[in-house]
Amino acid sequence: MANTDLLQPAAATIAARATVISAEKLNVIFSAADKPVVALSDVDLHVEQGDFVSLIGPSGCGKTTLLRAIADLAPTTTGTLTVNGMTPSEARTARAYGYVFQAPALFPWRNVIRNVTLPLELTGMGKAEREQCAIENLSLLGLKDFGRKFPWQLSGGMQQRVSIARALSFKPELLLMDEPFGALDEITRDNLNLHLHELWAQTHLSAVFVTHSIPEAVFLSTRIVVMSARPGRVLRVIESKLPRHRTLDMRESPEFIAVAHEVREALREGHSYD
Amino acid sequence: MTKILAPITVVFALVIIWYVGAYFLNAPQATALMDPDGPQNFWAVLQACWTMDRPELPTPDQIFSNLYDSICNNPLDSPRNFLLQTAYTAQAAITGLLIGAILGIALAAGIVHSRVLDRSLMPWVIASQTIPILAIAPMVVVALGNIGFTGLLPKAAIVGYLSFFPITVGMVKGFRSADTLQLDLMRTYNASGAQIFFKLRWPIAVSFLFPSLKVAVALAVTGAIVAEIPTGAQVGLGARLLAGSYYGQTEMMWGALVLASALALTMIGFVRLGEASVRQLRGGRL
Repeated sequence: MANTDLLQPAAATIAARATVISAEKLNVIFSAADKPVVALSDVDLHVEQGDFVSLIGPSGCGKTTLLRAIADLAPTTTGTLTVNGMTPSEARTARAYGYVFQAPALFPWRNVIRNVTLPLELTGMGKAEREQCAIENLSLLGLKDFGRKFPWQLSGGMQQRVSIARALSFKPELLLMDEPFGALDEITRDNLNLHLHELWAQTHLSAVFVTHSIPEAVFLSTRIVVMSARPGRVLRVIESKLPRHRTLDMRESPEFIAVAHEVREALREGHSYD
Repeated sequence: MTKILAPITVVFALVIIWYVGAYFLNAPQATALMDPDGPQNFWAVLQACWTMDRPELPTPDQIFSNLYDSICNNPLDSPRNFLLQTAYTAQAAITGLLIGAILGIALAAGIVHSRVLDRSLMPWVIASQTIPILAIAPMVVVALGNIGFTGLLPKAAIVGYLSFFPITVGMVKGFRSADTLQLDLMRTYNASGAQIFFKLRWPIAVSFLFPSLKVAVALAVTGAIVAEIPTGAQVGLGARLLAGSYYGQTEMMWGALVLASALALTMIGFVRLGEASVRQLRGGRL
């Protein structure tokens, strides 16, 4: 028995990391009045355990559609899409992911603790247990002392942190984020990027992150998926050579600038037609 | 200071207009009834107008002394006591309002959740309010009386019929106020329909419930009084109103009106109390 225990970690490193999201030849077509709109065209995406994947591209490139398809909030037309080896619908039913929206979407009639415990309340977990869990998640985001406040008593950045804490309620292994910091000022955004990075670096979370911001994508991601519009497709996948643990200062390093340059080049390529 | 002064000024002005009005309305009758041997000057006429029996328009002091007499010089269980009559009306108004609130909320929940109900019920809900209550109240009373329901129930039914409407309209709006983002969020939690209703739609709709209830209270008191008239005018403020008009007891009619407004104000007060306590629970915002 002792032997197998010792072998376990070695075996884990040898084995390929588990696939969390796998999309192959994914097409999403919306029917519109005049002609169908191709939101996603032949998109391939692979996210493995521990990856932080950013989707970046101009408006209308389908990055939010892709995220919503993964979350089973939008239907796919053709192609295969699996989340934790299940269909998106099964994964949603199994509460396999936490989703952070562009706006905090906190319920103003509930205080912070009760907002964070809401997902657990729906599973029927006892009050003491779910509050314990909420306090842990709030502490992770530096909000331990704000549990009794109401959302409208907090700043925008704090509200978005609460919504991340709430997304962590089910202890998901996958975090889906749709431009969560898009509406925040740059200073708050830097601060939250750091919070999010530390959260990810400390845990085994995998994440898919939709953003418009190149520095944000480069700072947070292990892999950056550059997309282009009309039809929404993947232009290039850029593997980041930056170390796993990052600091805000790193954004001035040559490696960082090199990755950012590569992303910018890829984005420009996507716009070559105009 | 202006906060107190403004309403006091308005009340003061109204009282003056009232006394002047009482003079003009009562003067012809008062002069005719005056003692021909007594003084005939303006002050004598004025005094006669303000103190006459069965005036066209009683003065506020006459109304209140009549009320005082009815409430303090009769035992509480006497039909002459206005408080007992108010209690009957209050009972009908409150029971009816509860029926209306439950019916209104249930209808709104059905309308929001089912397209079929939305299409089929909403026109009837609106049509129901275009029928004058004065026309339908006697029919309801007679119909319910024929199947053995008398007393409180027919009155409460009429009140419910009137007061469900603002509640349905308000709650439909409230239940539909959940935004797409909040609904998507609940979907990511794999929330059931009941959970979406009770944890999302209901808490939002509660903010719409209180304004609707305030409108419904006003309708409930009116409805209760109207419903008391065709029930043979046995009990309640409506009965007093009718009796007053039969016998030319204008003081009695005005007394009933004063108590009807007091009843509505008290009920609004309770709605506000409920609203304030919900607001308190939500940290000061509703």
